[in-house]
Amino acid sequence: MQELELLRKQLIWSRLISAIEEQAQTVIRTAFSQSVRECGDLSAGVFNRRGDMVAQAVTGTPGHVNAMAICIKHFIEKFPIDEMKPGDVYCTNDPWLSVGHYHDVTVVTPAFYKGRLVGLLANTCHIVDMGGRGFGPDSRQVYEEGINIPIMHLAREGMVNEDLMGLLRTNVRNARDMEGDFYAMMTCNDEGARRLVSILEEFGFDDIEEIGDYIIEQSRNSIRDAIRALPDGVYDNETELDGFSEPICLKARMTIAGDRLSIDYDGTSEASLFGINVVMNFCIAYTVFGVNCIVGSEVPCNAGSIDVVDVRAPLGSILNVERPMPVSARHVIGQMLPDLIFGCLAQAAPSKVPAEGAGAMWNPMFRGGKTAVDPEVAATSPVLTRNFDVITFNTGGTGGRPTLDGMSTTAFPSGVRTPPVEAIEADYPLIVWRKEFRESSGGAGEFRGGLGQVLEFGCEDGAPFSIAAMFDRTWQAPKGRHGGHDGAAGIVRTDTGMPLKSKGRQTVPYGQKLVLEMPGGGGFGDPTARDPELVRQDVLDDLITAETALNAYGVVLTADMRVDAAATLVQRSQMRRAEE
Amino acid sequence: MKNVGTQVRVGIDIGGTFTDVALEKEGTRYTAKILTTKNNPVNACMQGIGRVVREAGIAPGDIDVIVHGTTLATNAVIERKGAVTSLVTTEGFRDVIEIGTEGRPEQYDVNILKPEPLVPRRRRFTVSERLNSAGAVLHPLDTAKLEALLPALDAAGTEALAICFLHAYVNPAHEVAARDFFAARRPDWLISISSDISPEFREFERFSTTCTNAYVQPQVSRYLAEFQERLKAAGYRYEMLMMLSSGGLTTVQTAREFPVRLIESGPAGGAIFACDVARRLGIAQAVSFDMGGTTAKICLINDYKAQSSRRFEVARVYRFRKDSGLPLRIPVIDMVEIGAGGGSIAGVDGLGRLTVGPESAGSAPGPACYGLGGTEPTVTDANLALGRIDPVGFAGGSMQLDTDATEAALMKSVATPLGMSTRAAAYGVTEMVCENMASAARVHAIESGKNVDDRVLIAFGGAAPLHVCQLADKLGIDRIIVPENAGVGSAVGFLRAPVSYEVVQTHYQQLDAFDVEAANTALEQMERQAEAHAKLGTEAGATLKCRRIAYMRYRGQGHEIPVRLPDGAFGADAATQLQELFDAEYNIVFGRNIGNIASGEIVSLAVTVTTEPYADVVADASGGVDTIAHGTRRAFDSASETEMEFSIVPRDALPHLGPLAGPAAITEKETSVVVSSVFEARVLESGDIDLRRIAKRAPAREA
Repeated sequence: MQELELLRKQLIWSRLISAIEEQAQTVIRTAFSQSVRECGDLSAGVFNRRGDMVAQAVTGTPGHVNAMAICIKHFIEKFPIDEMKPGDVYCTNDPWLSVGHYHDVTVVTPAFYKGRLVGLLANTCHIVDMGGRGFGPDSRQVYEEGINIPIMHLAREGMVNEDLMGLLRTNVRNARDMEGDFYAMMTCNDEGARRLVSILEEFGFDDIEEIGDYIIEQSRNSIRDAIRALPDGVYDNETELDGFSEPICLKARMTIAGDRLSIDYDGTSEASLFGINVVMNFCIAYTVFGVNCIVGSEVPCNAGSIDVVDVRAPLGSILNVERPMPVSARHVIGQMLPDLIFGCLAQAAPSKVPAEGAGAMWNPMFRGGKTAVDPEVAATSPVLTRNFDVITFNTGGTGGRPTLDGMSTTAFPSGVRTPPVEAIEADYPLIVWRKEFRESSGGAGEFRGGLGQVLEFGCEDGAPFSIAAMFDRTWQAPKGRHGGHDGAAGIVRTDTGMPLKSKGRQTVPYGQKLVLEMPGGGGFGDPTARDPELVRQDVLDDLITAETALNAYGVVLTADMRVDAAATLVQRSQMRRAEE
Repeated sequence: MKNVGTQVRVGIDIGGTFTDVALEKEGTRYTAKILTTKNNPVNACMQGIGRVVREAGIAPGDIDVIVHGTTLATNAVIERKGAVTSLVTTEGFRDVIEIGTEGRPEQYDVNILKPEPLVPRRRRFTVSERLNSAGAVLHPLDTAKLEALLPALDAAGTEALAICFLHAYVNPAHEVAARDFFAARRPDWLISISSDISPEFREFERFSTTCTNAYVQPQVSRYLAEFQERLKAAGYRYEMLMMLSSGGLTTVQTAREFPVRLIESGPAGGAIFACDVARRLGIAQAVSFDMGGTTAKICLINDYKAQSSRRFEVARVYRFRKDSGLPLRIPVIDMVEIGAGGGSIAGVDGLGRLTVGPESAGSAPGPACYGLGGTEPTVTDANLALGRIDPVGFAGGSMQLDTDATEAALMKSVATPLGMSTRAAAYGVTEMVCENMASAARVHAIESGKNVDDRVLIAFGGAAPLHVCQLADKLGIDRIIVPENAGVGSAVGFLRAPVSYEVVQTHYQQLDAFDVEAANTALEQMERQAEAHAKLGTEAGATLKCRRIAYMRYRGQGHEIPVRLPDGAFGADAATQLQELFDAEYNIVFGRNIGNIASGEIVSLAVTVTTEPYADVVADASGGVDTIAHGTRRAFDSASETEMEFSIVPRDALPHLGPLAGPAAITEKETSVVVSSVFEARVLESGDIDLRRIAKRAPAREA
């Protein structure tokens, strides 16, 4: 039946996505780095012979996925498809060729069927340590940030490249985890390759070229249709961020014309002198993610869903830097792009776009021991821990949504999860003293912004430690939308009230703790339109105070915590009149 | 107690829609299927037991054992009808159960929902106390603060209390002290402490499990008390055992203490049923496939045993997605459940892709063909359109199906948008639902390092027999068993389950500094604990088996794999022995050894004490005779993708026919077994239908 041909393609499409999910699950189960095994800082995908991504795992984080999608072509340029042999494996962590900083290593494995290369399996994982200064924004040049692996063989016809592994082992702090992760990444690609071959057998295909074209075309068309449904126009937005030592402005101009959507970051600040710069790959990754969330969120990610958006950023700006600019903490800027894009799209589709949220994750990179803290602190502190490095992945609140409250303490746009406190404390001399919602941090709105959280960290026996701070939105709070109020800006300090900078390595002295108060999301819509009962619930749950209920939401509560409906009506109409 | 072979045993499974009862007496089985009485589930149980007792011609007092499983706990969680529960936790950690992993179950959808915690923030209270990961006290428990919390706890209307402190899995002292404090002052409260309910590290899962236990405990306790009282009043004398989500049985007393372990006991019964079939037929490696109206559940059977797990998610709120439910850290049969059933709704998405489920038409309005107002095409509609279901003989002839409504629904929602005939659309719907189930099964297998293609598929539940050949083609499986009594599989499964109790405990040890003494002490203590629970449910002198497992990983890894430990205490060479066992197991799971870069470590220990499973062969006495005559019908064959003449054979007639080659439909009271053209069916002496592959399905297209 000819009409079944269409069905068959759809079945393979679904099967490929599932096969790549199996690949991702394999790396999670075998990885050593906490970032991969507990937190899901990874991605996996299958590519056709031209290097176009055909399918991608559901599990994973957007920055990886979309950047990895772009990077496979570089592998093929260096090692032509016809020269690849069974058992060959390739890798790189070059920020400009792959995912934007040294920690993200991409491994590529060709799959063979009937003696011919039928596709490439790839995955990217965040490896906790790749040498250099370690994860953080302090470097002035990329050369300080770790060891660079140009695109090269990780294995040749089944034999692991011992020269490379030997070189890496002597350049990193934790050789065991690094090496274990490389093995996990090879294992997972092998699994993907096996699945790919069995799919070809079952469906009677020789390769995934034809099916890949169908998938990519269908995805592209679907997003084009969604773009066409938006009103043509030019939509500008800009956002100001903390930066390293001086504020940074990100500017976007979105142009929608028919089924075309382009974004130009002209006017964006110049590259930072510190490691918070973004390479073009990573810039595209989060830009496209932001667009896809609103335009075609049901479209599975592949080359067609990515290349449909045209992205430009001036060379030398913070969104498109060149060597030797440092890039280690690029997520702190890159993860703000979806909110920036949302601000453009909100003008074209006001009822579909949430308010701003915390955006970039708050990932404190801890280092302890004598080598980690300021020399004078080390000399005077009565206790020091062993040397250790650990990162936790944390986040604030997301913005209020068109029909729902924002999500409290939930990562967006990142897809990374946080490790359990008990797991951190079992492995490192770190103690988490507090991890709970930051009350009153969600912006008021008909749909309230999600709450950020407060985290308080110390070391065993009060020992000093240092953090590489890479936090943002401490000067400018996440903005509300359509009358919603702003969320709370972030705060970085010690428990004694000593303020800390939002960027860069700093020592937390003996006996003190690090306190991170993460931003809350902005509200969506006029707070006086919020259901008074929901406002009451928020007060009962200590998410907002009774004063906020009255002053921001216009809800009057009685002494026994019931809504005073009549007084609320009066209060709200007064507030609206005052507005006008 | 009487000897097992002469006991009269009753299995009762309360499901969402039906309450199934199975009674076995002297090698004969009597079954009943009654609509669940939601207001008071005991009513349907009493009715069902009454019926099988009458059919068997015995008196209520003749029953020796009642084995009971219930979705009561699950439903209380899903429908949020549990007790008013409060939480007392470590200062600074008020929101652990709500913050969870900080992750999202889906990346691109900005309108996702996260699960609401069972204990809202206003009933979460904190107290100053703190242990470190070694169990040492950093801050003592502030009992003055406990006292100060009482008025607020009272004002909150507390019925059940969860006490969850950080690192309590290694040192329960603070939790125990807090429990004793509250128990002395508020004897009415049912109190759950995390070091009792789930003594394992990872606070979110442990706290969530403990809160769930507290949340369902009052309701489950009340229900069990009432049930036993009514049975006694009706003249029953019996021993009652409860089915656990792990597939083992336990006493009512233990069930009331740990009601969270009852969650998913119904589906567990289904898996045990499949295990019993596997054991009877000598099938060591199988896949249990249970497909009903709303969901499909798939479970791997390894060496006759259902695969087990220690983590489960209940009440998923986003498309059955992982991380969208409440995590429970309890011993469970490891099942994957997806939104794929007879009622799953088909449609076409924005990309022109055919989609099926997870939304379901349920029983109201139900599939379009029921004529009850449903206008969306469902999987059942697709099967009707393909000729796999007889519109007249459906549900034993009790329901006339509306084929016109089916055609119209398929045309509107699938065929027209895709530009194909309704027949092709209907086939597409069945293909897609099978594809979804096959993918779920494969991903599930890979998560535990296993394959599915070399296994036998054991299919039961109303919708499974219709799709099982098609699913087998996708999984590369060559043999299928459709057991007898597939309709009341869980209740029958209950009667096959062993009495069993599992204790799991975090016990962190690195092999290169292995403390043999500590490991032996921990295992002995756990064994005593498990044995005490198991003994309550068995006759004196029964043989108990003890199975000990270490959950191990390479140091630096985050995920453990189970390693079966040899019997007896560890000797001096334990570390070497453990490393070898672990390396071997890791190699089986992942095909690689990395012992050269890292040594092993133990994260947790588990001890299961169990009796032998019951394994009598029982003949069925209450199978209904099908009224449909032999004949043929035009229907669509999935293997050849063409319309063919199907033989229509009632199940009862099959034994007299010899092997029956597909395409054919074997009709039963509730459903039909569709045999595709690449399978052949025969009835085994046991009454089970055995489908064997006679030809390979051609590749979907000639390459």
